[in-house]
Amino acid sequence: MKTITLAHGNGGQENNELISKVFYKAFKNDILEKSEDAAVIHNGELAFSTDSFTVSPLFFPGSDIGKLAVCGTCNDLAMMGAKPKYLTCSVIIEEGFDFRSLEKIVRSMKKELEVNGAIVVSGDTKVVPRGSVDKIFINTTGIGEIQKKGISSNNITKKDVILVSRDIGAHGATIFASREGIDMSSSLQSDCASLYPQVKALIDADIKITALRDATRGGVAAVLNEWASQSNICVEVEEDKIPISDEVNGICELLGFEAMALANEGTFVLAIEKEDASKALEILKRTNETASIIGTVSDQYIGKVVLNSAWGTKRFLELPTGELLPRIC
Amino acid sequence: MNNLELKDLYDGFRDPDTIKAYKKIIEEDAKKLTHPINIMEVCGGHTHTIMKYGIPQILPENINFIHGPGCPVCIMPKERIDHAYVLSMQEDVILVTLGDMIKVPGSNGSLQDARSKGADVRFIYSPLDCLKIADENKDKKIIFFAIGFETTTPMTAALIDTVIKQDIKNIFFHINHVTVPEVMRELIDSRDEHVDSYNHKIDAFLGPSHVSVISGSKIYEEFPRDYKIPVVVGGFEPVDVMQSISMIVKQFIENRCELEVEYKRLVSYDGNIKAQNLIAKYFEKINLFKWRGLGNVKDSGLKLRDEFAKYDAEVIYKDVLPIAEIEDHKLCICGDILRGMASPPECTIFGTACKPSTPIGSCMVSSEGACAAYYKYGNLL
Repeated sequence: MKTITLAHGNGGQENNELISKVFYKAFKNDILEKSEDAAVIHNGELAFSTDSFTVSPLFFPGSDIGKLAVCGTCNDLAMMGAKPKYLTCSVIIEEGFDFRSLEKIVRSMKKELEVNGAIVVSGDTKVVPRGSVDKIFINTTGIGEIQKKGISSNNITKKDVILVSRDIGAHGATIFASREGIDMSSSLQSDCASLYPQVKALIDADIKITALRDATRGGVAAVLNEWASQSNICVEVEEDKIPISDEVNGICELLGFEAMALANEGTFVLAIEKEDASKALEILKRTNETASIIGTVSDQYIGKVVLNSAWGTKRFLELPTGELLPRIC
Repeated sequence: MNNLELKDLYDGFRDPDTIKAYKKIIEEDAKKLTHPINIMEVCGGHTHTIMKYGIPQILPENINFIHGPGCPVCIMPKERIDHAYVLSMQEDVILVTLGDMIKVPGSNGSLQDARSKGADVRFIYSPLDCLKIADENKDKKIIFFAIGFETTTPMTAALIDTVIKQDIKNIFFHINHVTVPEVMRELIDSRDEHVDSYNHKIDAFLGPSHVSVISGSKIYEEFPRDYKIPVVVGGFEPVDVMQSISMIVKQFIENRCELEVEYKRLVSYDGNIKAQNLIAKYFEKINLFKWRGLGNVKDSGLKLRDEFAKYDAEVIYKDVLPIAEIEDHKLCICGDILRGMASPPECTIFGTACKPSTPIGSCMVSSEGACAAYYKYGNLL
């Protein structure tokens, strides 16, 4: 009997197979098959997205499950050029969960809603017997008003360059470090943040945005691979241009991960038309100095991501496979 | 120690300019070689570095790598994995093991599959993490499925030592530790009959530095002495690998055949005597240990000494553990790959039936296996 393993939730290859073979097969329609961060509906005016959050531990350096639950859905909307407006909030709580933690989580959600200028307009609460869920799971669904039409992961061409908004992998590294009890006297903390303010700044400056995607599960590696196959292009990345903090590199060394495959919760990848790249970079740097132009688009190996090293070698960057970091978001 | 930072682990050892400088030196020296040389990197960690950093792309054509058997996960035969699977399914058992072991398929499936069927399987980074699990689950039996070469054996020994000293009643061991020099010897000895028909003679060994941090460089002395094969013990960063290759090439052009250490920052001749004593206290050699893809290798495995049998899960659960021999997959050529007689793309199921997500042969199992490294990094060679 075939069973679901944790690898099926890794944001990488097995996850994609599960989605396409089970869910896409059953729910097949034009909007779903575009595979965007959020569905574009209502004549292209609204963006619509949902996400569930099961992170363990619930509180970690830089954030908590509440902030994550608001950022996650709002960021998916922002990635379609939409302003987050209305959210729903469903929680499944394990019997015995303490009240104060719940209040802390909800306060954290409230604060992050304010950053986005969004409100929760509907919700649901379930309490289940001890052991049925791990402490608390949260689902949020959101609707946003699209401010700039036509942003899509299916339209990237050789006219675009690829940027990341800040140093990568901080969320995944933080979660793993705190789960493993790696106590570091460092500043490593999750990058969890709402991205709409940055997207708005780009839109306001009239930057020619082709595609945006927040690099959550599967990390930057997953985003670039998805883009390469959705837009039928080859993405070429200069390895030494990828911003990675010393702390994240250190965790990767200790635990054997690749920063490119680590999850982020407040970092996005951008495909921007060349002529606007430096202007976009300047805007991103206002939020985070480490933003960087990391690559270009070519037709060398269609559907693939190529990593060029600083000493003249190259290799493909593949979709992460296997069990990566279970339940990090 | 307060000022020691994580980046000290690798800083400088991935410096592009240093790598390019070694590339130049090796290119010049390689012109003086009288024949092409095949370097076997024994350890999967080296395979991973070599493939990840694209080292073959910047080496001259007369220097080749043969990817050796040194990945403790990859070489684990199905019989042992089936043991782990069966143990994980026993009542009140928490099976604990290291990282990649969890996805290696046995004949009933992997530990990942066992877990999805309800078994309590956990992976840890340090054997000593078992202590915490045991403390939190006093009503459960914690079985540590111990794997690894000389590098990880001391940690298992340290765990046993703690279990005995603190009289912890619920930690047991299933030992699968193996040793490096024995399998290197086996690779050379078992090749003799094939050498003429293959163009893959091992001309030099790149020895894994972390093994020698424990066992010292002395364990490789026999290879230059008895087999006339030079050994350079090297670190795992790209600069280490490039420097080690440069040292090997220089031995050939200067007509030397020696044991040399590139990784001088931690490797001594004698190694860590304290760790060696701890290993000797709890473990003894078993006559034969079966390596996936290679078959039985003499004196290459360890077991708990008989006086510690009450901690030995293989003894305690002997009635439920399967003993039948299992053949490797017929189409899989991992044995030849591990012997350096074939490279992964020559295998008919490489990348098709056999992939990292559905590994059939040992070399595809862990990220350190030759096939997995080729699958992930090697497609642009």
